Amino acid sequence: MLILTCPHCGVTAEETEFHAGGEAHLKRYGPGSSDADFEDYMFNRVNPKGVHFERWRHVYGCGKWFHAARCTATLEVFGTYPAQTHQPPEALLDIIRQKRPGWSWRDFS
Amino acid sequence: MSDAKSVTPLQGAKFDGIATVQEIGPRGMITLRGTLSDATFAAAVEAVTGCTVPAQRKASFSGGNAVLWMTPDELMLMLPAGSVAGALETLAEKLAGVHHLAADVSDARALFRLSAPGVAAREVLARLAPVDIAPGQFGPGDLRRTRVGQVAAAFIMVEEGVFELVCFRSVARYVFDLLADACGETTAQPVF
Repeated sequence: MLILTCPHCGVTAEETEFHAGGEAHLKRYGPGSSDADFEDYMFNRVNPKGVHFERWRHVYGCGKWFHAARCTATLEVFGTYPAQTHQPPEALLDIIRQKRPGWSWRDFS
Repeated sequence: MSDAKSVTPLQGAKFDGIATVQEIGPRGMITLRGTLSDATFAAAVEAVTGCTVPAQRKASFSGGNAVLWMTPDELMLMLPAGSVAGALETLAEKLAGVHHLAADVSDARALFRLSAPGVAAREVLARLAPVDIAPGQFGPGDLRRTRVGQVAAAFIMVEEGVFELVCFRSVARYVFDLLADACGETTAQPVF
């Protein structure tokens, strides 16, 4: 079971208080985009073994969305951060670099 | 319009077990959203309730009123049942020109009081919510929004041994039954 810390209300709680919202940092391709870009945005998701970035919602608590970085193999949670951003905070990336040398996830490494 | 009278969903249902569960209310409840750190906002909250803006995951009390920290941009004001309309007017006046939202949610919520001497009330909540309610971890004035059984709820510790729990009106019967069930004696080792 995951133990997540909501960056909005500071609560550290177990998974059942939250709801998973799929992959984080997706770039939306809407009307006017190419079919390939739209297909990629709509259907294609990474499914890594190791470091992963996900959206979560504190559904039974404050109701806010946030992002979490975790390891899909060990369920270790590297950190959480507010969703109003295009990339993870540098401090969090440093933690992951330290714990999983050589990792990469989409454009991040 | 008829003279509609506010009726609580369970009309004051009560259960005595290792702790006492009592449905309370009707009580005036206002959801107030805005910038919590704003001085005008804080002054408006104080004008209506007499309470200060509570810190993160805290509740503040004054007289019979209470202010609950719900999210980083939302408070719940608890007032006597008849004073909501006046309070909304005062809020609109004090917060004119300040971005905010104030809504009367008195009839959309159910309220319960869970009380017992000693740690029994903590024991009951610990059976239902995935929260550390141990003495020293959760004390008077602390607030937590979480899951109780299968539904969302918020509870505050008013004083040692006394909790107040807020949930949606539509699940009032479920939450009451859940609390009453958790108030039963069991042979299991107590948590606290």
